[in-house]
Amino acid sequence: MSELTVTLLRLGYLALLWVLVLSSIAVLRRDLYGTKISRRRTARAASAGPAPSPSPGPAPVEPPQRPARGGGDARRLVVTEGPLTGTGVPLSSSAVLIGRSPACTLVLDDDYSSSRHARVFPHEGGWFVEDLGSTNGTFLGESRLTAPTPLPTGTPVRIGRNVIELQR
Amino acid sequence: MATVQPLPVRAGRGTELVLLVLALAVGIGAYVLVGIGTSGEVPADVVGYSIGLTVLSVGMHVVLRWRAPFADPVMLPLAVALNGVGLAIIYRIDIGYEAAGKEHGFAGRQLVWTGLAIALAAAVIVFLRDHRTLRRFTYTAMVVSLVLLVLPLLPVIGQTINGARIWVRLGPAGLQPAELAKITLAIFFAGYLVTHRDALALAGPKVLGLQLPRLRDLGPILIVWVASLGVLVFERDLGTSLMLFGLFVAMLFIATERFSWVVIGVLLFVGGAALAANLFGHVQARFDVWLHALDPEVYDREVGGSWQLVQGLFGLANGGLFGTGLGQGRPDLVAYAQSDFVVASLGEELGLTGLFALLMCYLLLAQRGLRSAIGVRDGFGKLLAGGLAFVLAWQTFVVVGGVTRIIPLTGLTTPFVAYGGSSLLANWIIVALLLRISDDARRPAPAMQVLTIDDLPDPDEDDAVPADALPARTSSVAAARPARTGSDEDAHGDDHPTERIGGVS
Repeated sequence: MSELTVTLLRLGYLALLWVLVLSSIAVLRRDLYGTKISRRRTARAASAGPAPSPSPGPAPVEPPQRPARGGGDARRLVVTEGPLTGTGVPLSSSAVLIGRSPACTLVLDDDYSSSRHARVFPHEGGWFVEDLGSTNGTFLGESRLTAPTPLPTGTPVRIGRNVIELQR
Repeated sequence: MATVQPLPVRAGRGTELVLLVLALAVGIGAYVLVGIGTSGEVPADVVGYSIGLTVLSVGMHVVLRWRAPFADPVMLPLAVALNGVGLAIIYRIDIGYEAAGKEHGFAGRQLVWTGLAIALAAAVIVFLRDHRTLRRFTYTAMVVSLVLLVLPLLPVIGQTINGARIWVRLGPAGLQPAELAKITLAIFFAGYLVTHRDALALAGPKVLGLQLPRLRDLGPILIVWVASLGVLVFERDLGTSLMLFGLFVAMLFIATERFSWVVIGVLLFVGGAALAANLFGHVQARFDVWLHALDPEVYDREVGGSWQLVQGLFGLANGGLFGTGLGQGRPDLVAYAQSDFVVASLGEELGLTGLFALLMCYLLLAQRGLRSAIGVRDGFGKLLAGGLAFVLAWQTFVVVGGVTRIIPLTGLTTPFVAYGGSSLLANWIIVALLLRISDDARRPAPAMQVLTIDDLPDPDEDDAVPADALPARTSSVAAARPARTGSDEDAHGDDHPTERIGGVS
């Protein structure tokens, strides 16, 4: 066998080794598994259209009744006081659960709040806040919540050491 | 704010088959090139050899399809490729030894061991349906490990070869039990640490910013430390001792996330090694060879000189960037070119380019193991996969580092490539265990998905609630809490499961 063939075979074998290595790496690039973490705001914006759509999804008949209900045009729920100041949750057509449990939408790191403390939910074109039987209570202004209450934008709600409010 | 969603996973068996074809081409191609390089023609038995290798690896692939359909698609091809390259280089060294009139015939035996090892790996996949079963054998594994470590010291079966008493001779087969002990030790550490890691990580005094563990939590760990030093002292084997100790420090670190363990481990080992270097001549000689390899005085030393190491370095230098070509170098000039110095042989004939490709294979294997450790959901599996992947990488580092003079030379085998039955068996079992764990890690979890749908707030869920559900909810909140639990709307939506269960009981 000629010298050239042997040299070509030798270099070809090295190339083959690297083809194996590189195709393995290519497989790994496609082989991502586990969980995907994506920004919530962009995901919602793409899937649910404009954020303030408090009317029920299946039957979008009634227009938002702004004078009667509070916070119909709210876009965000923002923490204005406390350890989490500045944290915001974009609102969509679903309820926002607030508490210390990791399952909550807005997870509070606050010893004075309960694991499932309060819920902010859309109903009949407006936003309501409801205490979920928390130990230390949810306060709208000075009064402790006992029933679901309409929540206008800009009204502070105290939950433990945090104060939240709806913003446009 | 961010959302967390499970990603769909490809089973990857088709990909594995494609990669397997490439890996077989690498293995068989090496064999053909050795024939061309040494005698100028393709070996006569190449067809039989190819069929044998193909049957073994495709058989393993079929077993994976059958028993572990979600196993990692990269690990098996890489192991097959490394094993194939190893067989070819041992065959090549055999030819060199035969020409030089030395003992030869290693390749045939290695081929038998390969068959046995792959069959054993397939058996592990078939019979071990769930890696968590191994957790039941935590303390059994510890006892087995200690027995395996002590076995070579026993009078009849133990054997001293080249100054190291790490061999057990059973009939025709010689085994190094320590190779198997690394698996049982990994099982023991994983089982022990998954139960005790909190005590090890959190209890105990803090000294100089390092969280030190309590003495009583250290008990079993100290036993194993003493055992690994015992290997060093009584069996005169630096490599095995270093391997076991590294495994043990790494697993402690993975389990506790305490850097103090790495510091403690390194200090303990450096202390032990320094003591050993002063007390035992053979350890001292190893350090001499490492530090002053090219001194004529050390090179010419009759026993324990640096002749072998320097020959290996010359071989690597001869190979250069692209190697001499398979079958065209002189790897047989190095002592133990087929086992301890197989890296130097490969470096000579495949060059830096080829050696790096092989090192990449090890890197990818270890990476897949660690990735499985991250992906798997139970703590025991995490620790076991992490430990096994680490020991594979660590062993490779210790061998290649020794041959290339980064660390003192220790007598360990290069995984999959070097001649040695016990090493091949142990590493194929490790790959089988990693495949089993990766199957669990990549398998979509049906139970978890049901929980997710049931318990997390669903974007559309609240819209679907009829309007009259609201007053019911209102009144139930106003009433005492247990009253809520029976009502219908609690079954839906964003209620936390613990509360629901708590209310019922």
